[in-house]
Amino acid sequence: MNSFTLTQATATDEAVRDLTSHDGAAYLGGGTNLVDLMKYNLERPTHLTSLGLLPLTDITSLPDGGLRLGALATNADTAWHPEVEKRYPLLSQTILAGATPQLRNVATNGGNLNQRTRCYYFYDLATPCNKREPGSGCSALTGPNRVCGVLGTSESCIATHPSDMCVALAALEAVVRVQGPDGERTIKFEDYHRLPGDHPEKDNTLKPGELVTAIDLPEEGYADHFTYLKLRDRSSYAFALVSVAVGLKMNGNTIEKARFALGGVAHKPWRDQEAEKMLEGQTASPDLFRQVAAKVFAEAKGYGEDSLHNSFKIELGKRAIVRALKQATEMSQVVNPNVFLNSNP
Amino acid sequence: MSQTIATPPTVRLDSDVLGKPISRTDGPAKVSGAAKYAAEFGVTGPLWYGYIVSSPIAKGKITKIHADEVLAIPGVQHIFSHENVPSLAWFDRNYKDDVAPGGSPFRPLHEPEILFSLQPVALVVADTFELARYAASVLRIEYDVEKHNTDLEASIGEAYDAPRGKTGFMPPPKPKGDMDKAYQEAPHKIAGEYIHRAQHQNPMEMFATTVDWLGDGKKMKIYDKTQGAPNVQQYLMKIFSLSTDEARVISKFTGGGFGSGLRPQYQVFLAVMAALELKHSIRVVMTRTQMFSFGHRPHTLQKLRLATDDLGQIQALEHKALHETSQFENYTETIVNWAGVLYPSPNTNFDYQLAKLDVYSPLDMRAPGAATGSFALESAIDEMAYAANVDPLDFRLRNYSYEDPIENKPFTSKRLDDCLHEGAARFGWDQRNPEPRSMRDGNQLVGWGVAAGCWDASMQKAAAKAVLSADGHLTVSSATNDQGAGTYVIMTQMAAQTLGLPMKQVTFNLGDTNMPAAPVQGGSWTANSVGAAVKDACQGIGKKLLKLAQKMDNSPLAGVDFEDAQFVDGYIRANEDITRSVAIADILAASGEEKIEADGKAGPNPINMLKYSMHSHNAVFVEVKVDEDLGTIHVTRVVNAVAAGRIMNPKTARSQVLGGTVWGLSMALMEETYLNNELGRFMNHNYAEYHIPVNADIHKIDVIFVEEQDDIASPIGVKGVGEIGMLGVAAAIANAVYHATGKRVRELPLTSDKLL
Repeated sequence: MNSFTLTQATATDEAVRDLTSHDGAAYLGGGTNLVDLMKYNLERPTHLTSLGLLPLTDITSLPDGGLRLGALATNADTAWHPEVEKRYPLLSQTILAGATPQLRNVATNGGNLNQRTRCYYFYDLATPCNKREPGSGCSALTGPNRVCGVLGTSESCIATHPSDMCVALAALEAVVRVQGPDGERTIKFEDYHRLPGDHPEKDNTLKPGELVTAIDLPEEGYADHFTYLKLRDRSSYAFALVSVAVGLKMNGNTIEKARFALGGVAHKPWRDQEAEKMLEGQTASPDLFRQVAAKVFAEAKGYGEDSLHNSFKIELGKRAIVRALKQATEMSQVVNPNVFLNSNP
Repeated sequence: MSQTIATPPTVRLDSDVLGKPISRTDGPAKVSGAAKYAAEFGVTGPLWYGYIVSSPIAKGKITKIHADEVLAIPGVQHIFSHENVPSLAWFDRNYKDDVAPGGSPFRPLHEPEILFSLQPVALVVADTFELARYAASVLRIEYDVEKHNTDLEASIGEAYDAPRGKTGFMPPPKPKGDMDKAYQEAPHKIAGEYIHRAQHQNPMEMFATTVDWLGDGKKMKIYDKTQGAPNVQQYLMKIFSLSTDEARVISKFTGGGFGSGLRPQYQVFLAVMAALELKHSIRVVMTRTQMFSFGHRPHTLQKLRLATDDLGQIQALEHKALHETSQFENYTETIVNWAGVLYPSPNTNFDYQLAKLDVYSPLDMRAPGAATGSFALESAIDEMAYAANVDPLDFRLRNYSYEDPIENKPFTSKRLDDCLHEGAARFGWDQRNPEPRSMRDGNQLVGWGVAAGCWDASMQKAAAKAVLSADGHLTVSSATNDQGAGTYVIMTQMAAQTLGLPMKQVTFNLGDTNMPAAPVQGGSWTANSVGAAVKDACQGIGKKLLKLAQKMDNSPLAGVDFEDAQFVDGYIRANEDITRSVAIADILAASGEEKIEADGKAGPNPINMLKYSMHSHNAVFVEVKVDEDLGTIHVTRVVNAVAAGRIMNPKTARSQVLGGTVWGLSMALMEETYLNNELGRFMNHNYAEYHIPVNADIHKIDVIFVEEQDDIASPIGVKGVGEIGMLGVAAAIANAVYHATGKRVRELPLTSDKLL
């Protein structure tokens, strides 16, 4: 970790000014990812603009029926907020499926969007990694890559975005509010994160100096038919191999509206709007779910066949979609199957 | 010698403590933070910090170290590398520790050659930890890169028979009969290949050394994270030509070891070298990544062939194993021999080979070798039982070894059969439908599996000292270790019981080379070896007390031999007439002595070792629930029945077996270090990506102790429980998964992708 200076900003415009007036500066939210990356000597900001005093911690109802999540509200406060629990249980459960209580108590909503990949090679300075050091190569293409993606990958990078929360935000069609040197703007959630292409060093579409101030949720929260299915190598404190967030509007056994997104498979939370359309107006059935799952993974590319490599995610991902759609349709299992309740104590 | 008290006591002090479930005496210090670990000790003067720089490549040579750039940073004191390392001991033997395998031990900073990825190549010393870490991050080092080989499966052709060299090495048993012929002709047979890759011990406490430079010649207090302070001291003395006074090694608490702390690790070498060169106190702490740089359970390939007659009696048994070692040492462990101990067969064949790779030497990890062999063997036994159409539990009883088949020696004790029976009863095995895929819970498949395990009951040389002060407090010490096993409390119990004192009047100290020597804590031998030495020392005190009692006027103990006396509740009493008693407090008062001291020792009995086979055993029963669509496996119930001689403390022993069971589950379902062969480097080198279980993964675990009376394996009847709890668990889980799904998975860990 290098030496750095730190400013404690008290207003959003002051924070933006402070950051843009320093070279090599970074915003510091909860610090649960950035500080780790600095200890690994992987992020080397020479100045930090601390956001801890900014008035962005509120969660408030919007006139259009939606809900605004302050960028500095913690993940824990968001997940346990009564309005979130009642109207957006998908978001609440998805947040609680990630990290640990200790991390969620400190990690912020804005930071959750901006956390960086957990690809092994990104974290190890001794290895080539285009995301960390553009042009150095991608070690994950052939090396162990169980944690890496199978959708929307490029020859430059097959890293995944590690967030759970963002998978639900993608399904919920949230809108990200940002403030930068040129004022405020909004970004549709599907446009917030990007695919690696030739520039995997860029995780998202933020412009220099821009700061996330809030995340707006539309009115529809799919509270009657939703699920978050997270498959991972242990029951807690593990990133998703594959996860699926589903929100449905049902009329009897007919799906009126369907939104779903996948985690653990791509450089961004993966939505497939054509696949969503395949569900709408249709009667829920295992066959339909299998067709939808096949569509989502039609273009998928695996990178190696053994258990250290990730081709298995294609089959696992299809099965996860089928199961998640079934769960959301039937509301048969709203708890994460990995939080296993022993029926035989 | 003025007074004698012959009346029985009215207030009883409870000294009958051995075998009781007593809480850890060191528990309060640990949970309150009072227990200090190696990196937490203060020093007498100012403290400097050393940060280790690790090699990014697996093989090659350092061509240039740009130290000057970094030395220019204010606060950076020194940079050690092969370019300026002081002249040290020359011969390999100086670098060999008690646990070293055969070969030539790695010497940190000795030469520019790179032998493995993450090899320490420099130590940056600075005024603060943060500065040392920063300085290390900007130190430029140039390398000539050479082609490395870390691929075991591509190196099978280079394998060679495992040579002797490591203490305790057991060569594979000699073959019997005609394996190939018996296998060919048998009516029922199976064959399988088993694999697991590297696993790392991953104790929570990072390896760390704080050297307190005392400013008196070369005298140092060396606080080290280790499983054996004496082993570290000997290593340092031989390399740096130090006396015992100069190299005092202290390790009061060890935050987990699991084998990783058996050998002195390179941080202690670097810290002591730096302290001696700079004549200054220094602290060196490894990073979590560096915890993946000095040994691991080796990547191992195994093959088993088994055949039975129509009655399900094993006629042919073959077990072969091959694992990696480094280019410089021949690491060995005992993998294939257990099959020969557990299952008699007229025709056998065993084989054990190594292959050299550009990695650091593997290192004993909980139940080394046995955990590996047991997984393959007990999976194969299950498969064989199915092939012979015999219940897997009955199969183990039908093929039970009543004496050690390898050398036809009797066991000192073996109640594995009772473990199997009692475990089966507790588990409800008789309710099992043997047909795979026959049991369900809702939409999940249910599977029940069983496996047996075996470990050595061994003893090492150990010593202890006991001091009884005039106020009646007994202090016993031995330079042993407590990596969390419960050594503090069981040795306190042993001392209290031997001299008939209540626990609160007894203190047991450990982890300081100024104390009598003890072996490294490993192999499940501490309870047995150190326990016997503690008992011996306390009996020495007892003999002196009895003599003093007999000098008292009208002593009621006159003429009573030590063997005919008992030490109970603060009194010495005659066995024949317990009203003939004297309070120890009164003996001390009457004697006028300030303190009474005695030394104790213990060691293996070589004659018994030749005549007998000494083992602990267990039987593990497991229930799994499998979501077949998603490949998720949950271990919902475990019964682990253990026969390990006398149990000194059922509470800490149960904790040991619980921990072993969790470790076995971890091995079965999660643990694997991902080696990138192109980079020659382990990649998931952190707690986020190297998975071990969380609480939510662990459900009901039932521990049964089947006690054995065994005065031959141990003078105190103890076999140890450090490893045995882990054995059988991984195989029982794999067998349960087979029962649930009909799929036989022979590769660990059993991650969900293997069931898709």
